[in-house]
Amino acid sequence: MTLDRRSFIKVLGSASGLALAGCATQGGSGAAAPAVGKTQEILPKGSARRVVVVGGGYGGAIAAKYVRMLDKSIEVVMIERNDHFVSCPFSNLYIGGLMKDLNPITIRYDKLAANHGVKVLQAEVTAVDPAAKTVVTSKGAVKYDRLIMSPGIDFRLEEMKGYDAAAMEIMPHAWKAGPQTILLRKQLEAMKDGGTVVITAPLAPYRCPPGPYERANMISLYLKQHKPKSKVIMLDANPDVSSKGALFKKGWKDNYANIFEYRGAKKVTEVGAKNRTVIIEGIDEVKGDVVNVIPPQRAGQIAVAAGLVGDDKNWCPVNPTTFESTKQKDIHVIGDACIAGAMPKSGYSANSEAKICAQNVVALMNGKPTTDMSGINVCYSYVTADQAISVAAVYTVKEGKIVGVPNSGGVSPIDYSQAKSEAVYAHSWLKNILTEMST
Amino acid sequence: MKMKISLVGVVLAAGFSLGSTAHAAPPTAEMLSYACAGCHGTNGASAGLTMPTLASHSKAAFVDAMKKFKSGERPSTVMGRLAKGYTDADINAMGDFFAKQKFHPTTQVVDAAKVKKGADMAEEACSRCHIDDGKEGKDDTPVMASQWLEYLKMQAELYDSGKRKMPDEMAKRWNKLSKEDREALLHFYASVK
Repeated sequence: MTLDRRSFIKVLGSASGLALAGCATQGGSGAAAPAVGKTQEILPKGSARRVVVVGGGYGGAIAAKYVRMLDKSIEVVMIERNDHFVSCPFSNLYIGGLMKDLNPITIRYDKLAANHGVKVLQAEVTAVDPAAKTVVTSKGAVKYDRLIMSPGIDFRLEEMKGYDAAAMEIMPHAWKAGPQTILLRKQLEAMKDGGTVVITAPLAPYRCPPGPYERANMISLYLKQHKPKSKVIMLDANPDVSSKGALFKKGWKDNYANIFEYRGAKKVTEVGAKNRTVIIEGIDEVKGDVVNVIPPQRAGQIAVAAGLVGDDKNWCPVNPTTFESTKQKDIHVIGDACIAGAMPKSGYSANSEAKICAQNVVALMNGKPTTDMSGINVCYSYVTADQAISVAAVYTVKEGKIVGVPNSGGVSPIDYSQAKSEAVYAHSWLKNILTEMST
Repeated sequence: MKMKISLVGVVLAAGFSLGSTAHAAPPTAEMLSYACAGCHGTNGASAGLTMPTLASHSKAAFVDAMKKFKSGERPSTVMGRLAKGYTDADINAMGDFFAKQKFHPTTQVVDAAKVKKGADMAEEACSRCHIDDGKEGKDDTPVMASQWLEYLKMQAELYDSGKRKMPDEMAKRWNKLSKEDREALLHFYASVK
């Protein structure tokens, strides 16, 4: 069955003011009509066909823009809880002191709205009703013909005992850029020279495979320059560095040998916020002066509530051509939340997936044939202030799965011969990708 | 209630096979080319100072560059790795796409004296291939006008270090120029809108 019964009830039940009893009085695809009836519609849908996009990040903003670029007759409503977006890519540079504020990685949506006619609704999405093709938000219900979800990630806190909202303020994750990023930076600034920073990384898959290791670089860089008696310990749940491994290891050896220590296969399962400790598999305890806990992750909560996650209960399976959910009709999922085969959970992947999805959504809405995907990922990680390493790949679909094109792609040369150039190019990557999202 | 909800599932499942296509057409020029925009800007109009604008290059210029990235003849960081992911047919399709995009004028800080000097030199030495002040290119000559000065400087360094091979006709002229003359040319082309 396409629709998981339990999640269906949960979705409906979480809509404000919706009585579950109302569900039973309806039949067939009209089952969820009460959700619409009880939650007042905001932006009532006219005769124009409408795509609603949930999320204004690397995936959502691009999906909204490209649907409008491809077909001006389709109305696009992009729903995002904030009036701005802070990029996770490059946020490690702020944490390391290479960026004085978050302005270079913050975008707003006014130009996107003005240039492309995207209707931006700042609201929290509280429920999705696939049967009624309605998104329920903190400001009212919004109907759609097709829904594109780009909700990013949330944390599997049940796998990290003690890591609640209060603990996050003591031991920040900084894995959603914004206040958490600033908090981690402030803690590093306040730490005494000679202190210990502990970084915990979750088992893959998680948002941004090289991200934890780049963070280790940036924190080590800051401490090397400003607090050289300090130590950084990374506790990685993965058996070994899970992205750009040889390159990161060389970077640590060449730059941070006296500061940084990597420990693989150390899965943190519990935290003690009071003493800033983390506990590995319920046995070994490690204490830090600053503790950066990067918890295990799953698709954003709203995707779970909407019944979009697959058998693993964590990520959203999708059709590799259209990115339409295999769980719910007319709902597409892109970005970190979806399972996109070989494409990593990165900002560039989300950008690329958004365009593939937008093209095929427009095709489907116009009764045209869909087009096989062709995607790209390009992702840089900083090692020092002026050295970066990259991974790049082209993706295609083969036998129903997204795969890297054979004999292409790969990582930077291991001798770091291009690391200085890549640190320069990475800045243009940021400028172009954020400009693409915001204009 | 149980039965009614099951019904919803059946209805959705039945409708589902219609929406999700089993047979999709091969990637179009747009499908291939949109993916480049994360680094090169929407429709190839770059906002990043070290990243070239691809919009309005001739197909021949785009195809020539991609083939040289693919073979390694032209030095690169990520471009060589990416170019290997495309067939000749893909590259031709992308070349058609970017050739159709409008010229992308940029506003950037340039030195007025250098621009003036460069303009005179360009007319004299370069305009046979860099047509219309570099807005167009003869055969596989790329668009120079309005490219970011940073990008142009990086390419000039690659030429001067011998890492990137210059066409013979260009080398005959370029090699005669002083460092200052070369810089003036770059300022000029960056300034053309």
